[in-house]
Amino acid sequence: MKTKKILMRVFQNAIAWIVSLIVLIPLVVIFISSFKTAAESYTLNLELPKKLILENYSVVIEKGKLLGSFINSFIYASTSTLLIVFLATMAAFVLARNKSKMNRFIYYFLVLGIAMPVNYISLMKVMQFTHLINTRIGIVLIYAAFALPISIFIAYGFIDTIPRELDEAAIIDGCTPESLYFKVIFPLLKPIIATLFVLNFMSTWNDFTMSIYFLNESSKWPMTLAVYNFFGQFSTQWNLVCADIVLTCIPVLIVFILGQKYIVTGMTSGSVKE
Amino acid sequence: MDRNKTYPWYFASGALVLFFILCFIPSVIGIFYSFTDWNSFTDKVNFIGLDNFKEIFVKDKTYLTFIGNTVYFTIFTTAIKTILGLVFALLFTRGIKLANFHRMVIFSPQVLSYLIVGLVFKGILHPTTGFLNIFFNNVGLGFLAHDWLGNIHYAFNSVMFVDSWKGVGYGMVIFIAGIQGISESYYEAADMDGASFMQKTFKITLPLLMPTLIMTTVLNVTYGLRVFDIIYVLTNGGPGYATDVMNTAVFKEFSRGNYAVGTALSTLLAVFTMAISYFILKGLNKKEEY
Repeated sequence: MKTKKILMRVFQNAIAWIVSLIVLIPLVVIFISSFKTAAESYTLNLELPKKLILENYSVVIEKGKLLGSFINSFIYASTSTLLIVFLATMAAFVLARNKSKMNRFIYYFLVLGIAMPVNYISLMKVMQFTHLINTRIGIVLIYAAFALPISIFIAYGFIDTIPRELDEAAIIDGCTPESLYFKVIFPLLKPIIATLFVLNFMSTWNDFTMSIYFLNESSKWPMTLAVYNFFGQFSTQWNLVCADIVLTCIPVLIVFILGQKYIVTGMTSGSVKE
Repeated sequence: MDRNKTYPWYFASGALVLFFILCFIPSVIGIFYSFTDWNSFTDKVNFIGLDNFKEIFVKDKTYLTFIGNTVYFTIFTTAIKTILGLVFALLFTRGIKLANFHRMVIFSPQVLSYLIVGLVFKGILHPTTGFLNIFFNNVGLGFLAHDWLGNIHYAFNSVMFVDSWKGVGYGMVIFIAGIQGISESYYEAADMDGASFMQKTFKITLPLLMPTLIMTTVLNVTYGLRVFDIIYVLTNGGPGYATDVMNTAVFKEFSRGNYAVGTALSTLLAVFTMAISYFILKGLNKKEEY
């Protein structure tokens, strides 16, 4: 019985290492190659570079126009996330608190959007009509709009757990709906706001589909599209492409490491019963 | 306390307006445009009835290939992500050294962009200079080296592998959270009755994990049906039409200016996705009653 248990532990740990290596190796290969010369990185392997070529990074920032696209990505991700945090929590607040027939309908109407695929071509028509196509504001609004359903769903579940007596006490004390929301409820939403922030920042930062459909000036491109374009031009110089990949990943990795625990909360809300 | 006064409707109006204009309206006018000849060459839009759908289902067989590929991709990637995610979760919940390290590593591709993952594997899977084939040649398994993305027999499987490589950690993390939410007392009672690991897994863990399982299945299925990024970057639908799915086809119609056919495909995809999610979720509710 005991040997069987030990064998099971060894087997478990061996599988864990194999799976982890399958995930890690491709990423390590890319990371190592970003410090090599063009000749060394011609074939992608796990050999360490003979000399660290840090210039790859400065070359890429300059040739790949990374500074501009970094600023674009940052604007798109942060403003759309800010918009989502306010719009989604405010909507979820009234919909979760006042469950009238009408509000229930609105809630289901909004949440239905989680499963709905985007119709890009007719969305382009709407963007043209509203003069939002090819503008920074337009792309920010698109990211915000498509992230609303899941964000409202997450916030709704959380607001349901905040006791209603708080609202009543605040109203008796003379709070207006606005001060009730901003002074009483909003501070209590901190954990869920962190979740919304992390999830939306990462998904907007990582997206490039919306930009290939709706942004046709390279000066407005986010980092993802800039990398893709760079790969098209320098696809044989893997040292540069790898450096570009690493630079694009750094911001999301920072957000991921800082916000780890909030990611799991967000992903499991709704699907795991506490 | 007057609810309508304390929780005024206009708090929800921002979200509602944005969602209505940019998500709902496009889907609705998309249905309308599916029955027209809308394209980029003229401003005139004529009603042509079911011609676009005839084109998709009857006249041009390539569209059926795209639909078939989409379904195939959805079924396989969902199965791989769910089964492997579940197996990893069961294996890695108890008795693992460095459990947090392994979980974080296996989850990490989830936070990377599909575009980045696609570029990484374009390098790794390159037939002559990529890591994988060089590795096979070095360890004497040269016969395993293939043109992973360029060969019609391997391209689709390679794409599905890369997609699962990225997505499997997501299911794993959700399942681990679900398993940790199951009360220890069930297992203690089972231990007293002398239940084996397998019995505990199939009689306790899996039934109690059912809602989690169905929810992740819905998410994986809806993702699979609308997949675009990873295929666009890895193969762009090639070689030939071997890896083309509905959303890569929509993008190609968009680039060619055949807007009406593109919206018709998008509309089909939307109807299909909503119907499937509805049936899976309905199945969930039935299970919960029992």
